[in-house]
Amino acid sequence: MLLRLQQVALSFAGNTVLHDVDFGVEPGRIQSLIGPNGAGKTSMFNVITGFYRPQRGDITFDGERLVRQEPHRVTQMGIARTFQNVRLFREMSVLENVMAGQHCRSRAGALSAILRLPSQRAEEQRILETSLACLDFVGLLEHRDRLATNLAYGHQRRVEIARALATEPRLLLLDEPAAGLNSGEKQSLIGLIRRIRDERGVSVLLIEHDMSLVMNVSERISVLDHGRLIAEGAPQAVQNYPRVIEAYLGQDDEELTW
Amino acid sequence: MSDSSNPRPSPPRSSSQREPEARRPWQRLIIAFESPGPRRALQATIVLLLIVMPWISSQYTTVILTNALLYVVLCLGLNIVVGYAGLLDLGYAAFFAVGAYTVGILTQQFGVNFWVAIPFALVAAAIAGIIIGGPTLRLRSDYLAIVTLGFGEIVRFTARNLEITGGASGLSHIPEPSLFGWRIDSAIDFYYVFVVLAILAYVASQRLFDSRLGRAWLYVRHDEDAAEAMGINRVRIKLAAYVIGAIFGAIGGIFFSVNLGAISPESFSFQQSVLILLAVVLGGMGKIPGVILGAFIVVLGPELLREFDTLRLLIFAVLLLAIMLFRPSGIWPEKRA
Ligand SMILES: Nc1ncnc2c1ncn2[C@@H]1O[C@H](COP(=O)(O)OP(=O)(O)O)[C@@H](O)[C@H]1O
Ligand SMILES: [Mg+2]
Repeated sequence: MLLRLQQVALSFAGNTVLHDVDFGVEPGRIQSLIGPNGAGKTSMFNVITGFYRPQRGDITFDGERLVRQEPHRVTQMGIARTFQNVRLFREMSVLENVMAGQHCRSRAGALSAILRLPSQRAEEQRILETSLACLDFVGLLEHRDRLATNLAYGHQRRVEIARALATEPRLLLLDEPAAGLNSGEKQSLIGLIRRIRDERGVSVLLIEHDMSLVMNVSERISVLDHGRLIAEGAPQAVQNYPRVIEAYLGQDDEELTW
Repeated sequence: MSDSSNPRPSPPRSSSQREPEARRPWQRLIIAFESPGPRRALQATIVLLLIVMPWISSQYTTVILTNALLYVVLCLGLNIVVGYAGLLDLGYAAFFAVGAYTVGILTQQFGVNFWVAIPFALVAAAIAGIIIGGPTLRLRSDYLAIVTLGFGEIVRFTARNLEITGGASGLSHIPEPSLFGWRIDSAIDFYYVFVVLAILAYVASQRLFDSRLGRAWLYVRHDEDAAEAMGINRVRIKLAAYVIGAIFGAIGGIFFSVNLGAISPESFSFQQSVLILLAVVLGGMGKIPGVILGAFIVVLGPELLREFDTLRLLIFAVLLLAIMLFRPSGIWPEKRA
């Protein structure tokens, strides 16, 4: 297992959000986490990435303990994420946004910057090249100098993915990457997710409501409902579990139909 | 994290949507000067002007300009903290004081050579920055304002009440430094020292902001969570801003003390901190040329209004208010549109 959660429990002021969740992602997988609104999917991402501290349980990433690490440490260890509500650095260019991802893969300090040491300049060059490559990878190279918040919504989501890729992760967590995209954009998102895994060797875990996308791209699906994992397996199998159908039928959200 | 609710994202925005560009002629002029060629020319002109200034103006003007250049150093330092890292600091004069007093005490009371005393002053400022910043930078920024305000007052109070700092009357007869046999003592000598310091502060600021560290300050200021998710240690980055700002302040203080030859606690009052902050906000936080302009305005403004005598500070205050009202993000225009 690349990522493993064991008996992870999270609650806020007595409101239990995750009930002793056991969960894992195998290396090289594209895996999905689905479930009704409020099931605890985003909370699970936040627990993995260190934004939330679970009350109990253990999380390991490639054998290293992850639980109660600060978010920046988790990213350094090789897990990158995007946010459900796009969170780009406003008032900064697309390229500058993506360069943020390279921060944890570089180390020049204040003094070497002030003195413009050769090592610092070489590092800046590397940051630039890697970031441009990530932008190119998501197909937004031509927009590099535009303000991130001036891009179309679908492009902003791609910038966020490029930024996450710039941290050179081994596991990428995408929180509803298709939300707000039109069908053409969803189609190319599927292609992008596959390329992230196939060309970059990055495992992908995504939270997504769009079932046709989930069924299309995932190799494995986990279903979370009221903070409990109620089903797990290959797409076809999960689709037919009675408990999954039940969980979704209880929900009155048209987007959640298969 | 405010990411737990599930609002549906807003509908896609049109990609052709662009923010309106700054179109006023003087703004265009300034923006034009931000491109490399004209910028170099402007920089060269300013440096030349600074060099000839003492020869074409009175001694009095030279002294005022020296003070303005001191403020350039201080303001560029505070700009790193406030403008770039977005941390409110109401006690910046404390670092100015730490630099001035460390050098004052070491040279005047222990007979240490001025240049040898400098590293001690810088280290003292860095330590002060860590002591004050370390525990507080995890807090929300409003707390930080209060803590820094308190710190500024504590430093002044300590200086007032210790014997080694000369108590309320401060230290005098701080010896003048010399460099390779050049005795730095006249007003013009110190003017040139501050020209060099201001230029160094400018270059250092510019290089910092064009670096990984400079970008990290912006990321953390814009969105701490997103920055953390990018692997940026936000506490550490803020601490770096704080310590670097402290060192800029100390450098100002070091040369301030030998320039005057005397320092007293009142040189490092709350008003001093506020005036530096005012210059930064006035010029436009995070915009280096604007901040330099702000420093000059804050020092030269009251001097230029001298003929209005007692009313001058009032007039100056009203002018500042007007500028703030009409250009709340500072007088320097935004670079990007
Ligand atoms: N920071 C928080 N404080 C309190 N409750 C939270 C917090 N974050 C999430 N929750 C609660 O946890 C539950 C699951 O939310 P979330 O993880 O966002 O669900 P999902 O992403 O599956 O829609 C919700 O009831 C939500 O109110
Ligand atoms: Mg969610």
